[in-house]
Amino acid sequence: MASTYTLISSQVLASSASSVTFSAIPATYTDLVLRCSIRDTNTGALIGSTTVTFNADTSAIYSVTKLIGNGSTASSSRQSGVASWSENYNGSNAGVTTNTFSSIEIYIPNYTSTTSKSFSQFAATENNAASSGTEIDAWAHLYRNTSAISSIEIAAYANFQTASSFYLYGISNA
Amino acid sequence: MATATYDKIATTTLGSAASSITFSSIAASWTDLRLVFVGNSSAASRYLVLQFNGDSTTNYSMTYMVGDGTTAASSGRTSDTSLYTNNYGGSSTTIPQFITADIFSYAGSTYKTVLCTTSSDKNGTGNTDTVVGLWRNTSAITSVSMQYLTIGSNINTGTTATLYGIKAA
Repeated sequence: MASTYTLISSQVLASSASSVTFSAIPATYTDLVLRCSIRDTNTGALIGSTTVTFNADTSAIYSVTKLIGNGSTASSSRQSGVASWSENYNGSNAGVTTNTFSSIEIYIPNYTSTTSKSFSQFAATENNAASSGTEIDAWAHLYRNTSAISSIEIAAYANFQTASSFYLYGISNA
Repeated sequence: MATATYDKIATTTLGSAASSITFSSIAASWTDLRLVFVGNSSAASRYLVLQFNGDSTTNYSMTYMVGDGTTAASSGRTSDTSLYTNNYGGSSTTIPQFITADIFSYAGSTYKTVLCTTSSDKNGTGNTDTVVGLWRNTSAITSVSMQYLTIGSNINTGTTATLYGIKAA
C-alpha cells in the first residue's frame, strides 16, 4: 500500500535564525501538516508571537478565530483581514523556564485547491512557572486565496533559538 | 522495511451535491480511524453529524468547547440520534469548513470515543470547536456516514471527505 504520510522537508536549527521557509512545496499531496517545536530569543515577553505567510503573500486576506486557555481563563478572539497570521509560543523571557519549547501543529487540507483554504492550528506552551507564560490554543484559520500553497514562511518575533525544529509533512489520499 | 501506519481507506470528492456521504465495509485492520472533511452546505448554519453502522438510536452524546471570536464556552448534548461534530455557528454555503474526527479503537468491544475538531473561520465571523463524542455501542464500526442537520441541507459539490486508518501494529 502506498505511503500516505510523508516527510517533505525539515529544518532543525543549529544556530538561531530569524525565519524558516519551506519553498517549492510540490502539489503532489492532498494535505500539509507542519509540526514545530520553537522558542524565541525575545526577552520582552513570556509568550511571543511569530508571523506566518503563504506564497510570500502579505495582502490582507488572512483571518483567524482563536480559542485560548492560559491556565486561569478561557477566551476567544479574532483577527480578520490581516496580512499574515501569527502563532504564540515561548519567549526567552527570564520568567520562562529554561529549555521549554512550544509545540505547534498546523493542518492545511486541500492546499492545492482553487478555493479559499480553511485550516487549523493547535499549540501548547507550558513551562511550569508560577509567572504564567502558559497557553493552549485551538485556532481556526482562513486564507482567502485560490492559488495552491507552494511556500510557507515562519518568521520569529526576534530569532528562533537553536534547536527549534520545523517538520513539513504531506498527506496523500490518492 | 518499516510498516505503513497511516493508510487511506476511502475518499470522496462530490461531483454533485449530496444529502450524505457514507464510507461502508470498513475493515477491522487498523487501530484507529481518522475522518478528514473539507466542505460546506447548501443552507447556512448547519451542523455536520456522524452516524456509525447506520445507528439512528439515541446512543450519541458530546461535550464541546468553542470560541466564536468573542466568547469561549463549553456545553454538551446527550442522547442524540447522531454525533454532532460541532454545535455552534455552523456551516457556510461558500466557505469550506475543515472538520476532523478521530475515532479511537473503532473495532473494539467497548463504547467508542471520538475527538472532533472544527475550523470554521469566515473572515469576521466563525468559530473553532473541539468536541469529545461518545457512541454507546460495543460493535465494531464498519460504516461511517455524515450529513448536515437539519435534514434537507445538502453537502455541496466539491466537498471532500477522506477516511484514514491508523495502525498500531
